[in-house]
Amino acid sequence: MTNVAITGVGMHAFGRFETKSVTQMGVEAVRAALAEAADPRIDAVFCGTAYAGVAAGHKVMSAVARTGMPIVDVEAGCASGAAALSLAAGSIRAGQYKTVLVFGIEKMPKGIIRSTFFEPWREQAGLAATPAYFALRAQRLMRERGITKQDLAEVVVKNRANGVLNPNAMFQKRVTADEVLASHVVCEPLHLWMLCSPNEGAAAVVLQAARRARSGIIELSAAVLRSHLPGSVLGEATPMSGIDDSDITPPTTLAVHDAYERAGIGPNDISVVECQDTDAARELLAWEELGLCVPGEQGAFLASRAHHLGGSQPVNASGGLLAKGEPLGASALGQVIELVHQLRGTAGARQVEHARVGLAHTVGRGANASVCLVHSH
Amino acid sequence: MQSINPEAFEIRADGSCVLVGGYSASSDKYHFPVQDCCPYTGATDIERVELSTCGTLWAHTAVTAAPPGYAGPVPYGFGVVELTQERLRVITLLRESDPLALRFGQHMRLATFDAGARVLTWCFESDRSE
Repeated sequence: MTNVAITGVGMHAFGRFETKSVTQMGVEAVRAALAEAADPRIDAVFCGTAYAGVAAGHKVMSAVARTGMPIVDVEAGCASGAAALSLAAGSIRAGQYKTVLVFGIEKMPKGIIRSTFFEPWREQAGLAATPAYFALRAQRLMRERGITKQDLAEVVVKNRANGVLNPNAMFQKRVTADEVLASHVVCEPLHLWMLCSPNEGAAAVVLQAARRARSGIIELSAAVLRSHLPGSVLGEATPMSGIDDSDITPPTTLAVHDAYERAGIGPNDISVVECQDTDAARELLAWEELGLCVPGEQGAFLASRAHHLGGSQPVNASGGLLAKGEPLGASALGQVIELVHQLRGTAGARQVEHARVGLAHTVGRGANASVCLVHSH
Repeated sequence: MQSINPEAFEIRADGSCVLVGGYSASSDKYHFPVQDCCPYTGATDIERVELSTCGTLWAHTAVTAAPPGYAGPVPYGFGVVELTQERLRVITLLRESDPLALRFGQHMRLATFDAGARVLTWCFESDRSE
């Protein structure tokens, strides 16, 4: 089967950029990725975005004077960029295209995100309180897995420290656990600094067909998107009701099983992980859903520092969403770009030694969950 | 004052209220709000049912800033109550807005909640008959 190589990446930093349009940010990321890939002929374009509106990808491609090919805009909540990547990789594997440009762009409103997901009556009833759903999930995780508020704070400390080493992160300051716990309570048990900030940014990658793995190549060995199975009242599908979900496999686990199977590897083969840390508890939940730790061992893993930079399997070396912020359409591709830099050995001060296999994970409303695996050869 | 969504939440003339869900006999599963097929199996043998008005507290927090579109009081309690009879876990507002004043598993009962803008939604409050 045809392999998929990542031959160019480009990023616009994640943050707040009052004077820049979402199209301008996309243009910068796309130009950088195309330049790295030596400006190839592009057969198709997939653009991930949730808030950029009608034909957002077309506007970016028009601005770089590259049109005529199919341009497909993809919305899949927090996994929009990964959904675009999954479609692009599939089209190359199927032999439909040789070279595909994938990018994600976003310019999010500030504060609690207004989402068309919620019907007007649910908004009016006070049920569109997104951080409250995160808080309930955090509370259940703490109760069921013996996780403490201190543990949640330690996740923030880790990711913010990593973010200081990433020039593309929004927050560039270390924090202490005491400072995290002193930030105001948004929804008990989640304090402000335990929640990621919706923000702005863009990320682009060029995918190209590769007949076989050759030395120096960065291969996208899996790009899987899955949705939820019904039943989890606090799952990202955000339903109004649910049932006992102890036997219901979450979408992240569905996606990671597919990805591991496709790449013929398991969690122990992963050198570096970028995972969805919408809030600090979400990262700890992702650890077990991705098979990085046994459920209930999160506290011990935090204490062992295995998932810190310098540990056996660093998670969110980029700073994660807690340090970078979350521009929905761009965030998954931002993760993949981080992994590419880690595998190339160009991650600077946050370089993970001997990184060979990277895993990127997103999960969000829908539910949508994605897992991408990147290999270096 | 009227119900925020009469299909899901019915307020009777005497002021009592009930959540309206669905039950599929073939899949033996309840759901809320009622829809025209079972969300678990797709079965269409849906019976409209009035759900039990009592349950136990399964998760709880408080919302400290008004979310988009909401005109009611802030802070307000927010959580999940597991209904006694159906074992269905329902997203709900909570009368108690101090999360530290609530405990897991405590008995709760359904009530109306003034969501502002002249509409009533549902909440669960501590069941003092406990």
